[in-house]
Parts: sequence; structure tokens; C-alpha cells
Amino acid sequence: MSRTSMVGDSSSWSTALVKISPYTFSAIGIAIAIGVSVLGAAWGIYITGSSLIGAAIKAPRITSKNLISVIFCEAVAIYGVIVAIILQTKLESVPSSQIYAPESLRAGYAIFASGIIVGFANLVCGLCVGIIGSSCALSDAQNSSLFVKILVIEIFGSALGLFGVIVGIIMSAQATWPAK
Amino acid sequence: MYGFEAMTFNIHGGYLEAIVRGHRAGLLTAADYNNLCQCETLDDIKMHLSATEYGPYLQNEPSPLHTTTIVEKCTLKLVDEYKHMLCQATEPLSTFLEYITLRWNMAAQMVGLLQYVSWDVSRTLFRCCGDAVLLTGLFGSDSQRKTNILTASFRYGHMIDNVVLIVTGTLHERDVQELLEKCHPLGMFDSIATLAVAQNMRELYRLVLVDTPLAPYFSECITSEDLDDMNIEIMRNTLYKAYLEDFYKFCQKLGGATAEIMSDLLAFEADRRAVNITINSIGTELTRDDRRKLYSNFGLLYPYGHEELAVCEDIDQVRGAMEKYPPYQSIFSKLSYGESQMLDKAFYEEEVKRLCLAFEQQVCTGYRGHPFFS
Repeated sequence: MSRTSMVGDSSSWSTALVKISPYTFSAIGIAIAIGVSVLGAAWGIYITGSSLIGAAIKAPRITSKNLISVIFCEAVAIYGVIVAIILQTKLESVPSSQIYAPESLRAGYAIFASGIIVGFANLVCGLCVGIIGSSCALSDAQNSSLFVKILVIEIFGSALGLFGVIVGIIMSAQATWPAK
Repeated sequence: MYGFEAMTFNIHGGYLEAIVRGHRAGLLTAADYNNLCQCETLDDIKMHLSATEYGPYLQNEPSPLHTTTIVEKCTLKLVDEYKHMLCQATEPLSTFLEYITLRWNMAAQMVGLLQYVSWDVSRTLFRCCGDAVLLTGLFGSDSQRKTNILTASFRYGHMIDNVVLIVTGTLHERDVQELLEKCHPLGMFDSIATLAVAQNMRELYRLVLVDTPLAPYFSECITSEDLDDMNIEIMRNTLYKAYLEDFYKFCQKLGGATAEIMSDLLAFEADRRAVNITINSIGTELTRDDRRKLYSNFGLLYPYGHEELAVCEDIDQVRGAMEKYPPYQSIFSKLSYGESQMLDKAFYEEEVKRLCLAFEQQVCTGYRGHPFFS
């Protein structure tokens, strides 16, 4: 029985947790992967965009170069989409006798964790790139030699989202459902 | 939370912050001032200014130019930019902007001094345009980005100046239209012309001021005495004191970086006014108690410095009182004994320095207010 094999003592909370279907966890993980990533991307874009618009009034030359900041934020949303698609291809159906088998639970948790990793890493990455992008636009408007230097900071910031995606994909590779 | 404002600041303040920083780029630089120094006539000035941000405002003026025209147009630029910001601002930023007072007496000074064009044109222009520049350049106050918009405060000081201008002018029997033209545009409000009819302060309040935003500041100075020069000055100072305290409380309420930066600036302003009131009232019939009533109740000098200043009878005693406070000691050490003309300039330089420092903080509302606050 899953209960005795999964938990040492018979606490009712742990029983409740292991009785939740792994597909629930998977679905929530996939939702978080895309939803929270897009939240981060949108947050970053509005932070950058509002400063960019205002600064471009007095210094119109900055608009085309500073769209890169917006693109970096957008990349974060794309990471979320990619991972969500990858995760949903990992879903397989198992016969009902196997739904609460340890391996199914493990697969479910792996997809859930992958989704959380990617979602929250992209959230903070989007925020980071957005704030840096706003400062980049404002500094570029004053002194155009600063643009490239601040762009380097932004590149480091966008690497954070990439780390999240890499770890998330590695996690999801472990999502092997039990054989039928 | 202090430190995380950057996440939500841009919702309300991002656009305005960027505009303010853009204005900063349009400030006149030292190179511009050097060019202006070498001008011989007003047309040369116009030519040099046409390459700066003031160009579009001056280009349609026919020669011969008057000094008042230049001042008017430069002020107009400031007013336009201020109004744009006021329109885009949300609360509490718009209230903040309305609080910012800008004592714009430069225009009057410039008119007087520019009559001597060959004499240090640069200095007068600096004081005129420099303030305009500071006004447009310094943006934002406090770290609360969403409260960045210091629109409202800006106008109250000008309103106070306009009210006093019209009342004084009426007292000296000048024409109302002429006075209205001299009023600063940012301090205009409806029914300002009816100020000329009032005979004493109670009427002034009842007829005109009760509908304006200045009404709460009048509770301290309503008397039934007739308006004369002395009372008008006392009224101006009492109003200004009430306004400064109100602004200070408002900034404290906003909290965060705004409170920090604006408290420093307002405290300096309050102290500067205390010193000016003291020096100007030496030798007049203003009693010590009256003088003490005009000092604000915040600032570095409150309350012990005020006690000392209230009993001062000459400049050296003022100097003695102020030298106990390190920031003001450095100002007074630049003056030799017995000299009070340079005090104004020294205070002005200190104020500009503090405003520039406040500008350096990025995500603050405070940096919005500084230019206007000067």
C-alpha cells in the first residue's frame, strides 16, 4: 500500500498529501511555469517601457537601441513557454492501480518542481532585467557611452532565467512514469 | 519597504522620472554660461540661448529685446514643463508637486540687474536661468516613486508670493492690471484680482482666500488690523511658516526616501528663513516674541537655536548663535566679520549643493521636488 511504503508514521497530513494525484501536481507545475514567467516578463517590460518612453522625449536616439532591454524581458516569457511545452509532453497516462505508486508520485513531483523552478527564476529575472533596462534607458539618454556597459549588467541578469530553465529541464528529465 | 520601491515605482512615476531626467540634460552648462558672459547685447544673449532648450521660446521675439521678455519666456518654459508634469501626475505625487514652492524672485532681480548689461550679465542670467534649470532639472522627491510627483507644493509658495504682491501693490496704489502681470504664472488662481478690494486681513480671508488651497494657512494670522507694510510682511512670513510645516508633515507621512531627503531640504529652508528673518528684523519694531512666532518648529535650529536667534541684536550675535551648528558654521566662516551681503549668496550655494545631492538618488520622489524647490 502506498501509505505504509511512503510514510514512516501515520500522520494524517502526510496521508492527505500522498493521496493527491500526481497529475494535479504536474498540472499546477506547468501552470506556474508559464504563468509566473509571463508575470515576470510583463513586470520587466512595463518597468523598462515607462522609463524608455519618458527618456525618449528629450533624447529620441535611444529608442532603437534600448529595445534590447525589452527583448531580454520578452525572452524570459519565451523560456516559460518552452518549458511549459516540454513539461506537458512529459505527461503520460498510467493505469489507475499505478497512480499512487511511488514512481508516479515521483514523476508528478518532478514536473511540479520543474515548473516552480522555471516560473520563479523567470519572475525575478524579468524584474531584474526590467529595472536595469529602465536605468539603462535613463543613462543612455544622458550619456550614450554608458549604454554598452549597462547592457553587460543586463546580460548577467538575464542569465538568471537561463539557469532556471536549465535546472528545470534537467528536473523534468527525471519525470518517468511507471511502465504500463 | 525601503529598498524595493523600484519594483512598483514605475507604475506611476516612471514616465515622469524619465522626463525630469531629460530636463536635467537640458540645463545650461558651464560652457553656456561662459558664452553668455561674453555677450555684449541682449541680442547676443538671444542668439546663444537659441542653441539651448530656451531657443524655441525666444526665437519669435522681435528685436529690440527687453530683459523682461527674456525672463518671461524662460519662466514660461518652466511653467509649461511644470504643467505637463502636473497633468501626468497621480496622487500623492500631484499633492507633492503643489507643495513645492519656488520662490521665484529671480525675475524681479534680473529685471533690475540686467539694466546694466555690460556688468556681469552672466551672474544675473545664472540666477534667473539657473533656477529655471534647477527647477526643471531636479525632479522627484523621495524614494517613494509613486509619490514622486511634487506638483502641488510647487504652487503654494508662488501663490503666497502673488497674494502678498497684490496686497502690497494695492496698498501703494498701483494699478491692479499691472500687478496681475507681475504675478508669477504658477501661482495664479481664480479670483486673484479681487484681492485688491480687501481692507484688512479678515476681509481678505473671507472674500478671497477661503476658497483657495491657502485657506488652512491663514488660521494663525487673521486679525482685524488694517493692512500696512509691516503687517503684510508678517503675514507673508506667517503664511510661509504654516506652509513649510504643512509640507514637512506631508513629507514625513510619505515616509521612506522622500521623508529623508525632503526633511533635510526643508530643515535647511526653515533655518535659512529663521536667519533671514532675524537679520532683517534687527533694528525694526518687531518684538522678540513676534520674531519667535515666525520661526518654524522644525529644523536644525529648533528649539535652542531659535531661542538664541530671538534675542540677537546684530549680525555678529547671529554669527555667534549659528556657529554652534557645524553645517552653518561652514557657511558663516566664508564671510568676514560685519559683512552680510554675501550671506544670501552663501546660503544659495549651499542650497544648490544640497539639491544636486538629492538629485543623485534615482528612485526617489525627492529628486522630483528639488528643482522646483529651489
